[in-house]
Amino acid sequence: MAGTASLSTAVNRPGPPLWLLLELTYKCPLHCVYCSNPTDFARTTQELGTDDWLRVLREARALGAVQLGLSGGEPLMRDDLEAIAAEAHALGFYTNLITSGVGLNEVRIKALKDAGLDHIQLSFQDSTRQMNDFLSSTRTFELKSKVAALIKKYDYPMVLNVVLHRLNIDHVEEILHMAEGMQAEYVELANTQYYGWAWTNREQLLPSREQVRRAEETTQRFREKAGQRMKIYFVVPDYFERRPKPCMNGMGSVFLNVIPDGTALPCHAARMLPGIQFPNVREASVASIWFDSPGFNHFRGDAWMKEPCRSCPEKTKDFGGCRCQAYLFTGDAANADPVCDLSPHHHLVEEAVARAERPRVEEKPLLFRDPRNSHKLSTQ
Amino acid sequence: MSGIGATAKPSLGRGFRLQWEAAQNSHVLLYPEGMVKLNASAGEIMKRCDGERTVAEITTDLEQAFGAPDLSADVTAFLSFALEHKWLELRA
Repeated sequence: MAGTASLSTAVNRPGPPLWLLLELTYKCPLHCVYCSNPTDFARTTQELGTDDWLRVLREARALGAVQLGLSGGEPLMRDDLEAIAAEAHALGFYTNLITSGVGLNEVRIKALKDAGLDHIQLSFQDSTRQMNDFLSSTRTFELKSKVAALIKKYDYPMVLNVVLHRLNIDHVEEILHMAEGMQAEYVELANTQYYGWAWTNREQLLPSREQVRRAEETTQRFREKAGQRMKIYFVVPDYFERRPKPCMNGMGSVFLNVIPDGTALPCHAARMLPGIQFPNVREASVASIWFDSPGFNHFRGDAWMKEPCRSCPEKTKDFGGCRCQAYLFTGDAANADPVCDLSPHHHLVEEAVARAERPRVEEKPLLFRDPRNSHKLSTQ
Repeated sequence: MSGIGATAKPSLGRGFRLQWEAAQNSHVLLYPEGMVKLNASAGEIMKRCDGERTVAEITTDLEQAFGAPDLSADVTAFLSFALEHKWLELRA
């Protein structure tokens, strides 16, 4: 479908930012060790106000944005969430709330329903209370079970997201049983993506190949049993692949992220990329950010590519993979994503996977995502 | 492709939204974290699935609107596909 001709046209004039993600706040009652927020999140003190968020919604919708994610941190920490959801609905967004469920009571879910919120994705850390509480570093499991019941009561599709990693991936069967008990219609078993806090804690979180294989097998068995009732997605950790994911469908192609301080990014993790000035919605319109800003044009198209991507026929499929992963592993965001086995840096991924195969000898402590650790990591 | 009688009244699946998008010059179907851009005929069929009209009525309406003699097989095939993907549902 996307031939070379149509792709080069798209480069000249990008299509609309179809998918808008607003990270409304970095505040969060949980302290998940695999959080994708930046480790220096605690430096952000000035969150956008309600009026700014509403303006971003209007401007993005005028460009053709249709899918909206309201995320964070924990978006329920903002008391204007209902107002933001109402405006989004009125504008014609399909509005998704991505939440841990902490702070979602009957008053708020009713207000959100009345505001026109379309969909709630509830995250769970694990199916056993102890593991759940340990990994999120709070006692939230029972609360989430209550929230799941509220979601059903207010007639939302029950969409459950569980982030998988070394410490919980062996519990996939229990997780799926729990999901079934909650009458989940969609379950996403998403293996951790190693950015932010997850990158910091990677050595403890990356599962072994055998763990992944078993989890996939269990999932497949469950799928056959559950049939159409429950759709289960299993997102394989890309470290185990030989070709990179088409990250963001190419930067600046469909995805626009605005983080709590108003910085606009072409992907959640892009702020870490050095030497690129990312625009802020306080200073520029969404249209000029999307079409004209250097931050969004930097990795559009393929002029930035180096070998082996530049001459690779697969570059129109995977766009060279993930820029942030290239940067984290190699120090240069313009390199091929080292997940690709054509990358000269692929051995770095293989070495990480090999370390995950070995039994742990020396353990360094998991770093929980909290302001104290964030400040510590910011000054390193 | 059994299960869709002429008297069935398909309606939009729960959690889905159908709308015209000027920026894409097409009807799109929105659902949790996803979007399907519908081609013209799929859009025309989907927008008639309001839970009030029967499959027979929808088919007749389309045949009249587009001056096509017999769309029954095409409409049924699309409806089966859409039901399978939960884009549409049949209420009892």
